[in-house]
Amino acid sequence: MSLIELHYEVPGDDFTRAGEASGDVKRQLKQLGFEPATIRNVVIALYEGEINMVIHAGGGEIDVSIDPDRIRMVLRDHGPGIPDVALAMQEGFSTAPDNVRALGFGAGMGLPNIKKYTNDMQIETEIGVGTTMYLRVDV
Amino acid sequence: MATTEFFHSVRLDEEKCKGCINCIKRCPTGAIRVRRGKAYIISERCIDCGECIRICPNHAKYAEKYSFNEILDYKYRIALPAPTLYGQFNNLDDVDYVLTAFLRLGFDDVFEVSVGAELVSEATRLYMKQKETVRPVISSACPAVVRLIRVRFPNLIPNVLDLNAPMEEAARLARERAMEKTGLPAEDIGVFFITPCTAKITAIKQPICNEKSHVSGVFGIKDIYPVLLGQMDKLTATVPLKHSGLMGVGWASSGGESAALLKERYLAADGIENVIQVLEELENEKLNDLDFIELNACAGGCVGGPLTVENPYVAKARLQRLRKYLPVSCNHLPSDEIPDEMRWEKPLESVNIMKLDEDLRKAMQKMQKMNEIEKVLPGLDCGTCGAPSCRDLAEDIVRGKGAIEDCVFFTRDKSDNRDFIPIPAPFRKSDTEIRLKEKDKI
Repeated sequence: MSLIELHYEVPGDDFTRAGEASGDVKRQLKQLGFEPATIRNVVIALYEGEINMVIHAGGGEIDVSIDPDRIRMVLRDHGPGIPDVALAMQEGFSTAPDNVRALGFGAGMGLPNIKKYTNDMQIETEIGVGTTMYLRVDV
Repeated sequence: MATTEFFHSVRLDEEKCKGCINCIKRCPTGAIRVRRGKAYIISERCIDCGECIRICPNHAKYAEKYSFNEILDYKYRIALPAPTLYGQFNNLDDVDYVLTAFLRLGFDDVFEVSVGAELVSEATRLYMKQKETVRPVISSACPAVVRLIRVRFPNLIPNVLDLNAPMEEAARLARERAMEKTGLPAEDIGVFFITPCTAKITAIKQPICNEKSHVSGVFGIKDIYPVLLGQMDKLTATVPLKHSGLMGVGWASSGGESAALLKERYLAADGIENVIQVLEELENEKLNDLDFIELNACAGGCVGGPLTVENPYVAKARLQRLRKYLPVSCNHLPSDEIPDEMRWEKPLESVNIMKLDEDLRKAMQKMQKMNEIEKVLPGLDCGTCGAPSCRDLAEDIVRGKGAIEDCVFFTRDKSDNRDFIPIPAPFRKSDTEIRLKEKDKI
Protein backbone atom coordinates (compact mmCIF):
# COMPACT_ATOMS: atom_id res chain seq x y z
CA MET A 1 0.00 0.00 0.00
CA SER A 2 1.43 3.31 -1.06
CA LEU A 3 1.00 6.50 0.86
CA ILE A 4 -0.98 8.04 -1.95
CA GLU A 5 -3.45 6.09 -4.03
CA LEU A 6 -5.44 7.89 -6.67
CA HIS A 7 -8.33 6.54 -8.69
CA TYR A 8 -9.86 7.97 -11.85
CA GLU A 9 -12.74 6.96 -14.08
CA VAL A 10 -12.08 7.86 -17.70
CA PRO A 11 -15.34 8.51 -19.55
CA GLY A 12 -15.43 6.91 -22.97
CA ASP A 13 -18.08 9.08 -24.53
CA ASP A 14 -16.56 12.51 -23.99
CA PHE A 15 -13.37 13.14 -25.88
CA THR A 16 -13.02 16.65 -24.49
CA ARG A 17 -12.48 15.26 -21.00
CA ALA A 18 -9.50 13.10 -21.96
CA GLY A 19 -6.44 14.45 -20.15
CA GLU A 20 -8.24 15.36 -16.93
CA ALA A 21 -6.74 12.49 -14.94
CA SER A 22 -3.19 13.20 -16.09
CA GLY A 23 -3.75 16.90 -15.35
CA ASP A 24 -4.81 16.11 -11.80
CA VAL A 25 -1.88 13.75 -11.25
CA LYS A 26 0.45 16.47 -12.52
CA ARG A 27 -0.88 19.00 -10.03
CA GLN A 28 -0.45 16.58 -7.14
CA LEU A 29 3.07 15.56 -8.17
CA LYS A 30 4.02 19.25 -8.33
CA GLN A 31 2.63 19.82 -4.85
CA LEU A 32 4.62 16.86 -3.61
CA GLY A 33 7.77 18.35 -5.05
CA PHE A 34 8.84 15.61 -7.48
CA GLU A 35 11.51 16.50 -10.03
CA PRO A 36 10.16 18.08 -13.24
CA ALA A 37 11.57 15.23 -15.37
CA THR A 38 9.76 12.60 -13.28
CA ILE A 39 6.52 14.57 -13.49
CA ARG A 40 6.88 14.92 -17.26
CA ASN A 41 7.44 11.17 -17.71
CA VAL A 42 4.43 10.22 -15.61
CA VAL A 43 2.15 12.81 -17.18
CA ILE A 44 3.04 12.05 -20.79
CA ALA A 45 2.68 8.28 -20.31
CA LEU A 46 -0.61 8.71 -18.49
CA TYR A 47 -1.94 11.18 -21.03
CA GLU A 48 -1.21 8.85 -23.93
CA GLY A 49 -2.86 5.99 -22.04
CA GLU A 50 -5.92 8.11 -21.32
CA ILE A 51 -6.26 9.12 -24.96
CA ASN A 52 -5.96 5.47 -26.02
CA MET A 53 -8.74 4.49 -23.62
CA VAL A 54 -11.04 7.09 -25.08
CA ILE A 55 -10.21 6.43 -28.73
CA HIS A 56 -10.18 2.64 -28.70
CA ALA A 57 -11.83 1.29 -25.58
CA GLY A 58 -14.80 3.49 -24.67
CA GLY A 59 -13.13 4.66 -21.47
CA GLY A 60 -11.77 2.80 -18.47
CA GLU A 61 -10.20 3.36 -15.11
CA ILE A 62 -6.83 4.46 -13.84
CA ASP A 63 -5.13 3.78 -10.53
CA VAL A 64 -2.02 5.68 -9.57
CA SER A 65 0.17 4.77 -6.59
CA ILE A 66 2.74 7.29 -5.54
CA ASP A 67 5.80 6.29 -3.51
CA PRO A 68 8.87 8.40 -2.83
CA ASP A 69 10.98 6.27 -5.19
CA ARG A 70 8.49 5.28 -7.90
CA ILE A 71 5.11 6.02 -9.38
CA ARG A 72 3.01 3.10 -10.57
CA MET A 73 0.00 3.33 -12.84
CA VAL A 74 -2.57 0.73 -13.80
CA LEU A 75 -4.81 1.56 -16.77
CA ARG A 76 -7.67 -0.87 -17.22
CA ASP A 77 -10.27 -0.89 -19.99
CA HIS A 78 -12.95 -3.25 -21.28
CA GLY A 79 -12.38 -2.45 -24.94
CA PRO A 80 -11.71 -4.71 -27.94
CA GLY A 81 -8.17 -5.70 -26.91
CA ILE A 82 -5.00 -5.41 -29.01
CA PRO A 83 -4.67 -8.21 -31.60
CA ASP A 84 -0.92 -7.78 -32.18
CA VAL A 85 0.91 -5.98 -29.38
CA ALA A 86 4.29 -6.02 -31.16
CA LEU A 87 2.74 -4.31 -34.17
CA ALA A 88 0.93 -1.78 -31.98
CA MET A 89 4.24 -0.92 -30.34
CA GLN A 90 5.74 0.17 -33.67
CA GLU A 91 6.03 3.89 -34.22
CA GLY A 92 3.49 5.14 -36.72
CA PHE A 93 1.21 2.10 -36.57
CA SER A 94 -2.31 3.31 -35.87
CA THR A 95 -5.87 2.01 -36.02
CA ALA A 96 -7.40 5.33 -34.98
CA PRO A 97 -10.46 6.43 -36.99
CA ASP A 98 -10.35 9.53 -39.23
CA ASN A 99 -12.44 11.73 -36.94
CA VAL A 100 -9.83 11.25 -34.21
CA ARG A 101 -6.95 11.89 -36.60
CA ALA A 102 -8.60 15.14 -37.60
CA LEU A 103 -8.00 16.30 -34.02
CA GLY A 104 -4.30 15.58 -34.31
CA PHE A 105 -4.37 12.25 -32.49
CA GLY A 106 -3.84 8.77 -33.86
CA ALA A 107 -0.32 9.34 -35.19
CA GLY A 108 0.74 5.92 -34.00
CA MET A 109 2.94 7.28 -31.22
CA GLY A 110 0.78 6.44 -28.21
CA LEU A 111 2.24 3.11 -27.09
CA PRO A 112 5.81 3.92 -28.26
CA ASN A 113 5.68 7.13 -26.23
CA ILE A 114 4.42 5.31 -23.16
CA LYS A 115 7.34 2.90 -23.49
CA LYS A 116 9.78 5.78 -23.97
CA TYR A 117 8.69 7.70 -20.88
CA THR A 118 8.35 4.80 -18.43
CA ASN A 119 10.86 2.48 -16.77
CA ASP A 120 8.60 -0.53 -17.07
CA MET A 121 5.56 -1.28 -19.22
CA GLN A 122 3.50 -4.47 -19.20
CA ILE A 123 0.46 -5.06 -21.36
CA GLU A 124 -2.16 -7.71 -20.68
CA THR A 125 -4.73 -7.89 -23.41
CA GLU A 126 -7.46 -10.23 -24.51
CA ILE A 127 -9.58 -9.86 -27.61
CA GLY A 128 -13.11 -8.83 -26.74
CA VAL A 129 -12.33 -8.58 -23.04
CA GLY A 130 -10.05 -5.61 -22.64
CA THR A 131 -6.57 -4.34 -22.00
CA THR A 132 -4.69 -3.62 -18.80
CA MET A 133 -1.46 -1.69 -18.83
CA TYR A 134 0.96 -1.65 -15.90
CA LEU A 135 3.38 1.27 -15.96
CA ARG A 136 6.17 2.29 -13.63
CA VAL A 137 8.23 5.46 -13.53
CA ASP A 138 11.25 5.38 -11.19
CA VAL A 139 12.30 8.54 -9.43
CA MET B 1 15.19 30.08 -4.77
CA ALA B 2 14.45 33.78 -4.50
CA THR B 3 13.55 34.86 -0.98
CA THR B 4 13.05 38.60 -1.19
CA GLU B 5 10.16 40.63 0.18
CA PHE B 6 7.49 41.00 -2.45
CA PHE B 7 6.33 44.32 -3.77
CA HIS B 8 2.81 44.38 -5.21
CA SER B 9 1.16 47.06 -7.26
CA VAL B 10 -2.26 45.54 -6.58
CA ARG B 11 -3.68 47.04 -3.38
CA LEU B 12 -6.83 46.68 -1.29
CA ASP B 13 -9.07 49.46 -0.05
CA GLU B 14 -10.27 47.79 3.16
CA GLU B 15 -13.20 50.16 3.54
CA LYS B 16 -14.63 49.20 0.18
CA CYS B 17 -13.96 45.44 0.49
CA LYS B 18 -17.10 43.57 1.48
CA GLY B 19 -15.37 40.22 1.76
CA CYS B 20 -17.28 38.77 -1.18
CA ILE B 21 -15.64 35.93 -3.06
CA ASN B 22 -15.31 37.35 -6.57
CA CYS B 23 -11.57 37.94 -6.42
CA ILE B 24 -10.63 34.67 -4.71
CA LYS B 25 -12.41 32.74 -7.46
CA ARG B 26 -10.79 34.76 -10.23
CA CYS B 27 -7.17 34.71 -9.07
CA PRO B 28 -5.11 32.47 -11.40
CA THR B 29 -2.55 31.53 -8.75
CA GLY B 30 -4.97 31.03 -5.84
CA ALA B 31 -3.31 33.94 -4.06
CA ILE B 32 -6.32 35.48 -2.32
CA ARG B 33 -8.19 34.41 0.79
CA VAL B 34 -10.97 36.20 2.62
CA ARG B 35 -10.00 36.63 6.25
CA ARG B 36 -12.05 38.53 8.78
CA GLY B 37 -14.37 39.78 6.08
CA LYS B 38 -11.59 41.25 3.95
CA ALA B 39 -9.62 40.00 0.97
CA TYR B 40 -6.05 39.17 1.81
CA ILE B 41 -3.28 38.60 -0.75
CA ILE B 42 -0.76 35.82 -0.13
CA SER B 43 2.24 37.80 -1.19
CA GLU B 44 4.52 35.17 -2.72
CA ARG B 45 1.73 33.78 -4.88
CA CYS B 46 0.53 37.07 -6.40
CA ILE B 47 1.76 37.79 -9.93
CA ASP B 48 0.15 41.25 -10.16
CA CYS B 49 -1.90 40.30 -13.21
CA GLY B 50 -4.70 42.64 -12.10
CA GLU B 51 -7.53 40.13 -12.63
CA CYS B 52 -8.86 40.96 -9.16
CA ILE B 53 -8.97 44.67 -10.01
CA ARG B 54 -11.04 43.87 -13.06
CA ILE B 55 -13.47 41.56 -11.29
CA CYS B 56 -14.03 43.43 -7.98
CA PRO B 57 -17.60 44.78 -8.04
CA ASN B 58 -16.86 47.18 -5.18
CA HIS B 59 -13.71 48.67 -6.69
CA ALA B 60 -11.84 47.72 -3.57
CA LYS B 61 -8.86 46.37 -5.50
CA TYR B 62 -6.80 49.06 -7.14
CA ALA B 63 -3.39 49.68 -8.63
CA GLU B 64 -0.80 51.59 -6.67
CA LYS B 65 -1.00 55.21 -7.87
CA TYR B 66 1.80 57.73 -8.01
CA SER B 67 1.52 61.50 -7.72
CA PHE B 68 1.96 63.36 -10.95
CA ASN B 69 4.20 65.77 -9.02
CA GLU B 70 6.87 63.06 -9.02
CA ILE B 71 8.01 64.37 -12.39
CA LEU B 72 9.07 67.61 -10.69
CA ASP B 73 11.87 65.70 -8.91
CA TYR B 74 13.75 65.63 -12.20
CA LYS B 75 15.28 68.42 -14.28
CA TYR B 76 14.46 66.72 -17.57
CA ARG B 77 11.31 64.60 -17.93
CA ILE B 78 10.48 62.06 -20.58
CA ALA B 79 7.12 60.37 -21.14
CA LEU B 80 7.24 56.77 -22.31
CA PRO B 81 3.81 55.85 -23.70
CA ALA B 82 2.95 52.19 -24.32
CA PRO B 83 1.50 51.72 -27.84
CA THR B 84 -1.76 50.63 -26.19
CA LEU B 85 -2.34 54.30 -25.35
CA TYR B 86 -2.88 55.16 -29.02
CA GLY B 87 -5.86 52.82 -29.20
CA GLN B 88 -7.73 54.68 -26.45
CA PHE B 89 -8.72 57.68 -28.58
CA ASN B 90 -11.58 57.94 -31.02
CA ASN B 91 -10.83 59.26 -34.52
CA LEU B 92 -7.11 59.57 -33.96
CA ASP B 93 -5.34 59.61 -37.29
CA ASP B 94 -1.92 60.78 -36.17
CA VAL B 95 -0.01 59.52 -33.14
CA ASP B 96 1.77 62.87 -32.92
CA TYR B 97 -1.39 64.41 -31.41
CA VAL B 98 -0.98 62.13 -28.40
CA LEU B 99 2.77 62.59 -28.19
CA THR B 100 2.63 66.40 -28.52
CA ALA B 101 0.04 66.59 -25.74
CA PHE B 102 2.63 65.10 -23.36
CA LEU B 103 4.88 68.12 -23.97
CA ARG B 104 2.05 70.35 -22.77
CA LEU B 105 1.66 68.29 -19.61
CA GLY B 106 5.14 69.23 -18.44
CA PHE B 107 7.29 66.62 -20.14
CA ASP B 108 10.38 67.76 -22.07
CA ASP B 109 10.42 64.83 -24.44
CA VAL B 110 8.48 61.74 -25.47
CA PHE B 111 9.96 58.36 -26.32
CA GLU B 112 7.67 55.68 -27.69
CA VAL B 113 7.83 52.21 -26.14
CA SER B 114 7.11 50.91 -29.64
CA VAL B 115 10.63 52.04 -30.59
CA GLY B 116 11.96 49.68 -27.92
CA ALA B 117 9.57 47.01 -29.22
CA GLU B 118 11.05 47.15 -32.71
CA LEU B 119 14.56 46.75 -31.30
CA VAL B 120 13.47 43.84 -29.09
CA SER B 121 11.86 42.23 -32.16
CA GLU B 122 15.13 42.52 -34.05
CA ALA B 123 17.11 41.15 -31.10
CA THR B 124 14.63 38.27 -30.77
CA ARG B 125 15.09 37.41 -34.45
CA LEU B 126 18.84 37.13 -33.76
CA TYR B 127 18.17 35.16 -30.56
CA MET B 128 16.08 32.65 -32.51
CA LYS B 129 19.04 31.99 -34.82
CA GLN B 130 21.35 31.01 -31.95
CA LYS B 131 22.09 27.30 -31.74
CA GLU B 132 21.85 27.13 -27.93
CA THR B 133 18.33 28.63 -27.86
CA VAL B 134 15.81 26.34 -26.11
CA ARG B 135 12.71 26.05 -28.27
CA PRO B 136 9.97 27.05 -28.33
CA VAL B 137 11.05 30.43 -27.02
CA ILE B 138 8.52 31.98 -24.65
CA SER B 139 8.11 35.76 -24.83
CA SER B 140 9.07 37.63 -21.66
CA ALA B 141 7.33 40.90 -22.51
CA CYS B 142 4.35 40.32 -20.21
CA PRO B 143 5.65 40.54 -16.62
CA ALA B 144 2.59 38.70 -15.27
CA VAL B 145 3.42 35.73 -17.50
CA VAL B 146 7.07 35.74 -16.42
CA ARG B 147 5.96 35.72 -12.78
CA LEU B 148 3.38 33.03 -13.49
CA ILE B 149 6.09 30.83 -15.00
CA ARG B 150 8.39 31.27 -12.04
CA VAL B 151 5.72 30.27 -9.52
CA ARG B 152 3.74 27.64 -11.44
CA PHE B 153 5.90 26.39 -14.33
CA PRO B 154 9.49 26.59 -13.10
CA ASN B 155 10.68 23.87 -15.50
CA LEU B 156 9.83 26.14 -18.44
CA ILE B 157 12.28 28.82 -17.27
CA PRO B 158 14.96 27.76 -19.84
CA ASN B 159 12.49 28.58 -22.64
CA VAL B 160 11.90 32.15 -21.49
CA LEU B 161 13.45 34.85 -23.69
CA ASP B 162 16.07 36.46 -21.45
CA LEU B 163 15.97 39.90 -23.02
CA ASN B 164 14.59 43.10 -21.53
CA ALA B 165 11.03 44.08 -22.38
CA PRO B 166 10.41 46.99 -24.82
CA MET B 167 9.60 49.32 -21.90
CA GLU B 168 13.08 48.81 -20.38
CA GLU B 169 14.85 49.16 -23.70
CA ALA B 170 12.91 52.34 -24.51
CA ALA B 171 13.68 53.83 -21.08
CA ARG B 172 17.39 53.08 -21.42
CA LEU B 173 17.61 54.68 -24.87
CA ALA B 174 15.45 57.65 -23.86
CA ARG B 175 17.76 58.47 -20.98
CA GLU B 176 20.88 58.02 -23.12
CA ARG B 177 19.46 60.33 -25.76
CA ALA B 178 18.53 62.94 -23.15
CA MET B 179 21.98 62.83 -21.56
CA GLU B 180 23.58 63.50 -24.92
CA LYS B 181 21.16 66.27 -25.72
CA THR B 182 21.23 68.09 -22.37
CA GLY B 183 24.56 67.14 -20.83
CA LEU B 184 22.69 66.35 -17.59
CA PRO B 185 23.71 63.40 -15.42
CA ALA B 186 21.52 60.27 -15.51
CA GLU B 187 19.90 60.97 -12.12
CA ASP B 188 18.50 64.31 -13.33
CA ILE B 189 16.56 62.64 -16.10
CA GLY B 190 13.17 61.22 -15.18
CA VAL B 191 11.66 58.57 -17.46
CA PHE B 192 7.94 57.95 -16.86
CA PHE B 193 6.14 54.95 -18.29
CA ILE B 194 2.46 55.25 -19.19
CA THR B 195 1.22 51.77 -18.35
CA PRO B 196 -1.77 49.68 -19.42
CA CYS B 197 -1.37 47.29 -16.49
CA THR B 198 -0.40 46.56 -12.91
CA ALA B 199 2.16 43.90 -13.79
CA LYS B 200 4.40 46.47 -15.44
CA ILE B 201 4.24 48.70 -12.35
CA THR B 202 5.57 45.78 -10.36
CA ALA B 203 8.20 45.06 -13.02
CA ILE B 204 9.44 48.63 -12.56
CA LYS B 205 9.25 48.78 -8.77
CA GLN B 206 10.66 45.31 -8.21
CA PRO B 207 12.39 43.91 -11.29
CA ILE B 208 13.26 40.21 -10.98
CA CYS B 209 15.97 39.87 -13.62
CA ASN B 210 17.70 43.25 -13.30
CA GLU B 211 19.01 45.11 -10.27
CA LYS B 212 17.06 48.22 -11.10
CA SER B 213 14.60 49.38 -13.75
CA HIS B 214 15.56 52.15 -16.18
CA VAL B 215 12.10 53.62 -15.60
CA SER B 216 11.89 56.32 -12.89
CA GLY B 217 8.13 56.42 -12.41
CA VAL B 218 4.86 55.11 -13.76
CA PHE B 219 1.32 56.37 -14.41
CA GLY B 220 -1.69 54.29 -15.39
CA ILE B 221 -3.29 55.02 -18.75
CA LYS B 222 -6.67 55.57 -17.12
CA ASP B 223 -5.18 58.09 -14.68
CA ILE B 224 -3.44 60.20 -17.30
CA TYR B 225 -6.15 59.83 -19.95
CA PRO B 226 -8.46 62.71 -18.87
CA VAL B 227 -5.67 65.30 -18.62
CA LEU B 228 -4.08 64.10 -21.83
CA LEU B 229 -7.40 64.32 -23.65
CA GLY B 230 -7.83 67.87 -22.37
CA GLN B 231 -4.49 68.90 -23.82
CA MET B 232 -5.13 67.10 -27.12
CA ASP B 233 -8.32 69.11 -27.59
CA LYS B 234 -6.39 72.35 -27.23
CA LEU B 235 -3.66 71.46 -29.73
CA THR B 236 -3.51 73.56 -32.87
CA ALA B 237 -0.34 72.01 -34.29
CA THR B 238 1.68 68.86 -33.64
CA VAL B 239 5.39 68.28 -33.22
CA PRO B 240 6.78 65.42 -35.32
CA LEU B 241 7.69 63.03 -32.49
CA LYS B 242 6.61 59.59 -33.64
CA HIS B 243 9.37 57.28 -34.62
CA SER B 244 8.08 53.76 -34.87
CA GLY B 245 6.51 51.58 -37.51
CA LEU B 246 3.61 49.16 -37.62
CA MET B 247 5.75 46.40 -36.10
CA GLY B 248 6.35 48.34 -32.89
CA VAL B 249 2.78 49.57 -32.54
CA GLY B 250 1.54 46.05 -33.29
CA TRP B 251 2.92 44.84 -29.95
CA ALA B 252 -0.13 46.36 -28.22
CA SER B 253 -2.36 43.50 -29.38
CA SER B 254 -1.87 39.77 -29.01
CA GLY B 255 0.00 38.36 -32.00
CA GLY B 256 1.87 41.57 -32.72
CA GLU B 257 5.11 40.47 -31.14
CA SER B 258 4.98 37.14 -33.01
CA ALA B 259 4.20 38.75 -36.35
CA ALA B 260 7.31 40.93 -36.00
CA LEU B 261 9.49 37.81 -35.86
CA LEU B 262 8.66 37.02 -39.50
CA LYS B 263 8.31 33.34 -38.62
CA GLU B 264 5.40 31.05 -39.18
CA ARG B 265 5.70 28.49 -36.42
CA TYR B 266 4.40 30.59 -33.58
CA LEU B 267 1.49 30.62 -31.19
CA ALA B 268 -0.01 33.72 -29.59
CA ALA B 269 -2.33 33.22 -26.63
CA ASP B 270 -4.01 35.87 -24.52
CA GLY B 271 -6.16 35.85 -21.41
CA ILE B 272 -4.75 34.25 -18.27
CA GLU B 273 -6.70 30.94 -18.54
CA ASN B 274 -5.54 30.42 -22.11
CA VAL B 275 -1.99 31.25 -21.09
CA ILE B 276 -2.11 28.64 -18.31
CA GLN B 277 -3.50 26.00 -20.69
CA VAL B 278 -0.75 26.67 -23.23
CA LEU B 279 1.93 26.43 -20.53
CA GLU B 280 0.42 23.12 -19.34
CA GLU B 281 0.55 21.76 -22.90
CA LEU B 282 4.08 23.00 -23.37
CA GLU B 283 5.09 21.29 -20.14
CA ASN B 284 3.57 18.05 -21.44
CA GLU B 285 5.78 18.41 -24.55
CA LYS B 286 2.79 18.86 -26.82
CA LEU B 287 4.02 22.05 -28.51
CA ASN B 288 7.55 21.10 -29.46
CA ASP B 289 6.98 21.87 -33.14
CA LEU B 290 6.74 25.60 -32.43
CA ASP B 291 9.52 28.18 -32.54
CA PHE B 292 7.93 30.96 -30.54
CA ILE B 293 5.16 31.35 -27.99
CA GLU B 294 3.73 34.79 -27.26
CA LEU B 295 1.71 34.95 -24.09
CA ASN B 296 -0.27 37.91 -22.74
CA ALA B 297 -2.07 37.69 -19.41
CA CYS B 298 -4.78 40.08 -20.55
CA ALA B 299 -7.47 39.27 -23.13
CA GLY B 300 -6.52 40.79 -26.45
CA GLY B 301 -2.97 41.53 -25.26
CA CYS B 302 -1.85 44.80 -23.63
CA VAL B 303 -4.93 46.57 -25.04
CA GLY B 304 -6.87 44.48 -22.50
CA GLY B 305 -4.81 45.75 -19.56
CA PRO B 306 -6.67 46.50 -16.30
CA LEU B 307 -5.57 50.15 -16.39
CA THR B 308 -6.87 50.94 -19.88
CA VAL B 309 -9.96 52.97 -20.69
CA GLU B 310 -11.29 51.44 -23.90
CA ASN B 311 -12.60 47.96 -24.61
CA PRO B 312 -9.66 45.85 -25.86
CA TYR B 313 -11.25 44.95 -29.18
CA VAL B 314 -12.23 48.53 -29.93
CA ALA B 315 -8.68 49.62 -29.10
CA LYS B 316 -7.31 46.89 -31.35
CA ALA B 317 -9.48 47.99 -34.26
CA ARG B 318 -8.31 51.58 -33.84
CA LEU B 319 -4.69 50.51 -33.76
CA GLN B 320 -5.18 48.56 -36.97
CA ARG B 321 -6.34 51.76 -38.64
CA LEU B 322 -3.45 53.76 -37.22
CA ARG B 323 -0.92 51.16 -38.30
CA LYS B 324 -2.11 51.25 -41.87
CA TYR B 325 -0.17 54.39 -42.74
CA LEU B 326 3.01 53.53 -40.87
CA PRO B 327 6.23 52.13 -42.31
CA VAL B 328 6.99 48.52 -41.34
CA SER B 329 9.79 49.29 -38.90
CA CYS B 330 11.78 52.45 -38.15
CA ASN B 331 14.34 51.20 -35.64
CA HIS B 332 17.28 48.86 -36.03
CA LEU B 333 20.09 47.51 -33.88
CA PRO B 334 23.55 49.01 -34.47
CA SER B 335 24.97 45.61 -35.52
CA ASP B 336 24.10 41.94 -36.04
CA GLU B 337 24.78 41.20 -32.40
CA ILE B 338 22.36 41.50 -29.49
CA PRO B 339 23.68 44.42 -27.39
CA ASP B 340 24.67 43.30 -23.85
CA GLU B 341 22.50 46.08 -22.39
CA MET B 342 19.42 44.34 -23.75
CA ARG B 343 20.12 41.12 -21.88
CA TRP B 344 18.89 40.33 -18.40
CA GLU B 345 21.47 40.94 -15.70
CA LYS B 346 20.52 37.82 -13.77
CA PRO B 347 18.64 34.63 -14.58
CA LEU B 348 14.99 34.07 -13.72
CA GLU B 349 14.73 32.07 -10.51
CA SER B 350 11.83 29.85 -9.51
CA VAL B 351 9.69 30.53 -6.46
CA ASN B 352 8.02 27.30 -5.45
CA ILE B 353 4.61 28.07 -4.03
CA MET B 354 3.18 24.64 -4.72
CA LYS B 355 5.31 22.24 -2.68
CA LEU B 356 3.53 21.11 0.47
CA ASP B 357 6.82 20.40 2.20
CA GLU B 358 10.53 20.43 1.38
CA ASP B 359 10.71 16.82 2.57
CA LEU B 360 9.06 14.45 0.09
CA ARG B 361 7.80 12.02 2.73
CA LYS B 362 6.28 14.80 4.78
CA ALA B 363 4.75 16.26 1.63
CA MET B 364 3.20 12.87 0.91
CA GLN B 365 1.73 12.64 4.39
CA LYS B 366 0.24 16.10 3.97
CA MET B 367 -1.13 15.19 0.55
CA GLN B 368 -2.70 12.05 1.96
CA LYS B 369 -4.34 14.09 4.70
CA MET B 370 -5.41 16.68 2.18
CA ASN B 371 -7.09 14.06 0.00
CA GLU B 372 -8.91 12.69 3.07
CA ILE B 373 -10.10 16.14 4.10
CA GLU B 374 -11.27 16.86 0.59
CA LYS B 375 -13.50 13.78 0.71
CA VAL B 376 -15.50 15.16 3.66
CA LEU B 377 -15.86 18.63 2.17
CA PRO B 378 -19.00 19.21 0.05
CA GLY B 379 -17.14 19.91 -3.21
CA LEU B 380 -19.29 22.97 -3.88
CA ASP B 381 -16.34 25.35 -4.13
CA CYS B 382 -18.63 28.03 -2.73
CA GLY B 383 -15.81 30.10 -1.28
CA THR B 384 -17.65 30.89 1.96
CA CYS B 385 -14.73 29.54 3.99
CA GLY B 386 -12.56 32.22 2.42
CA ALA B 387 -10.61 29.84 0.15
CA PRO B 388 -11.40 29.59 -3.59
CA SER B 389 -12.24 25.87 -3.60
CA CYS B 390 -12.73 22.93 -1.26
CA ARG B 391 -9.35 21.62 -2.36
CA ASP B 392 -7.73 24.94 -1.47
CA LEU B 393 -9.33 24.80 1.98
CA ALA B 394 -7.98 21.26 2.41
CA GLU B 395 -4.55 22.56 1.44
CA ASP B 396 -4.83 25.52 3.82
CA ILE B 397 -5.73 23.09 6.62
CA VAL B 398 -2.70 20.85 6.07
CA ARG B 399 -0.53 23.94 5.84
CA GLY B 400 -1.93 25.02 9.22
CA LYS B 401 -3.71 28.04 7.79
CA GLY B 402 -7.31 26.95 8.11
CA ALA B 403 -9.69 24.71 10.01
CA ILE B 404 -12.28 22.22 8.78
CA GLU B 405 -14.92 24.14 10.79
CA ASP B 406 -14.37 27.00 8.34
CA CYS B 407 -16.63 25.04 6.01
CA VAL B 408 -20.19 26.05 6.84
CA PHE B 409 -21.65 22.87 5.38
CA PHE B 410 -19.33 20.61 7.31
CA THR B 411 -20.11 22.46 10.53
CA ARG B 412 -23.85 22.46 9.89
CA ASP B 413 -23.95 18.74 9.19
CA LYS B 414 -21.86 17.97 12.28
CA SER B 415 -24.12 20.00 14.50
CA ASP B 416 -27.03 18.31 16.30
CA ASN B 417 -28.87 21.56 16.54
CA ARG B 418 -29.92 22.39 12.97
CA ASP B 419 -30.72 25.98 13.95
CA PHE B 420 -27.10 26.59 14.73
CA ILE B 421 -25.50 28.58 11.96
CA PRO B 422 -21.74 28.61 12.25
CA ILE B 423 -19.78 31.77 11.62
CA PRO B 424 -17.47 31.10 8.69
CA ALA B 425 -13.77 31.78 9.08
CA PRO B 426 -13.73 35.10 7.28
CA PHE B 427 -15.99 36.59 9.92
CA ARG B 428 -14.83 34.83 13.05
CA LYS B 429 -12.80 37.22 15.11
CA SER B 430 -10.80 35.32 17.69
CA ASP B 431 -8.67 33.03 15.56
CA THR B 432 -8.53 35.23 12.49
CA GLU B 433 -6.79 37.87 14.56
CA ILE B 434 -4.14 35.35 15.44
CA ARG B 435 -3.88 34.37 11.84
CA LEU B 436 -3.47 37.93 10.68
CA LYS B 437 -0.46 38.24 12.92
CA GLU B 438 1.25 35.45 11.10
CA LYS B 439 -0.05 36.51 7.72
CA ASP B 440 3.42 36.74 6.22
CA LYS B 441 3.89 33.05 6.78
CA ILE B 442 0.70 31.96 5.06
